[in-house]
Amino acid sequence: MADGGWIWPFVVLTVAAAVTYAWRGLGVALAGRINPGGALFRWVSCVAYALLAALVARMILLPIGPLAQAPLSARLLGAFLGLAAFRLCRQNLLAGVAAAVAGLIALTAFAG
Amino acid sequence: MTTEPATTVLAGTAFRRGLREAMGFHWIALFASYLGFGSLIRGAGMDLWLGLYSTLFTWTLPGQVVAVELMGIGASLAVIAASVALTNARLLPMVVVLMPLMRNPAVPRWAFYPLAHLVAVTGWAAALLRFPAMPVEERIPWLMGFGAVLKAAGLLGTAAGFALAGTLPPVVTLGLVFVNPVYFMLVFAADLRERAKVWALGLGAVLGPLLHLADAEWGLLAAGVVAGTAAFLIVGNGTARSGARRG
Repeated sequence: MADGGWIWPFVVLTVAAAVTYAWRGLGVALAGRINPGGALFRWVSCVAYALLAALVARMILLPIGPLAQAPLSARLLGAFLGLAAFRLCRQNLLAGVAAAVAGLIALTAFAG
Repeated sequence: MTTEPATTVLAGTAFRRGLREAMGFHWIALFASYLGFGSLIRGAGMDLWLGLYSTLFTWTLPGQVVAVELMGIGASLAVIAASVALTNARLLPMVVVLMPLMRNPAVPRWAFYPLAHLVAVTGWAAALLRFPAMPVEERIPWLMGFGAVLKAAGLLGTAAGFALAGTLPPVVTLGLVFVNPVYFMLVFAADLRERAKVWALGLGAVLGPLLHLADAEWGLLAAGVVAGTAAFLIVGNGTARSGARRG
């Protein structure tokens, strides 16, 4: 953060940890009393997937921070290479991530 | 008196088995994904201890990334809290599913509250897989061992990502920051059997960048709620059966 200071990040990360733990604690408290396969939780999981997909797409297409220095073509091709390697290596996560990262680095280095 | 040592040995063995089973692929996957988080922390200009603090106490990578990314665009605390809450709300049903499998008359109810902190996607999925073949009294120590290794991997990954992002050439640092979006994308691509999930992912990926351009602070939250609700409504009760079978 350009304005330095650890207090704001600390407050934000504390609140993030607290709201996250609240779900786990509620899960313990409500276990046996609610149906985890019910409509409410199907909606909750849809929203969580959509929110994360929105974040992933935004991080690749419109990144903030260091990733913004990589050209869009490198980010897109890197992601594509990751998917291709993931499929070719029987859905091996590490192979996919490694291919995407290597692709992004190589393409950015060439472009620069 | 005579059962005490036996139980201790049993618990110790199950704990060590949990430790062992988390080594290998799970350890590496957690370490690698938290490399990205560590470099994100450095990229956002924060100190390492803030990253470790987040990994230690939040313990869900998606929620942690959402918080740091939204902080980076200057979102308010309310928007960040709501976005993290929606990202992590699935922890509630996950804990609800796991709890009955761990219930043991010898374990007081309060002990499940700190234990629940270990529940995140990797440990949860592994526990659901392993618990049925395990005596009830071994399950909690097993989860503690498994969770301890994963947590150590997350903390080490955070520290390593932070350190590497500061020492490697800038172009390699870019690659580290790229780990998180790619990791999530591949985790999603691994399982696309549920129609509601496919709709949610597709609509979210389209709406995310668009709504971010419309309003950077509220865009992510709005994309999640709108795309998620649309996916839920489009598929209707279609996933009710597969959801029930899983639980």
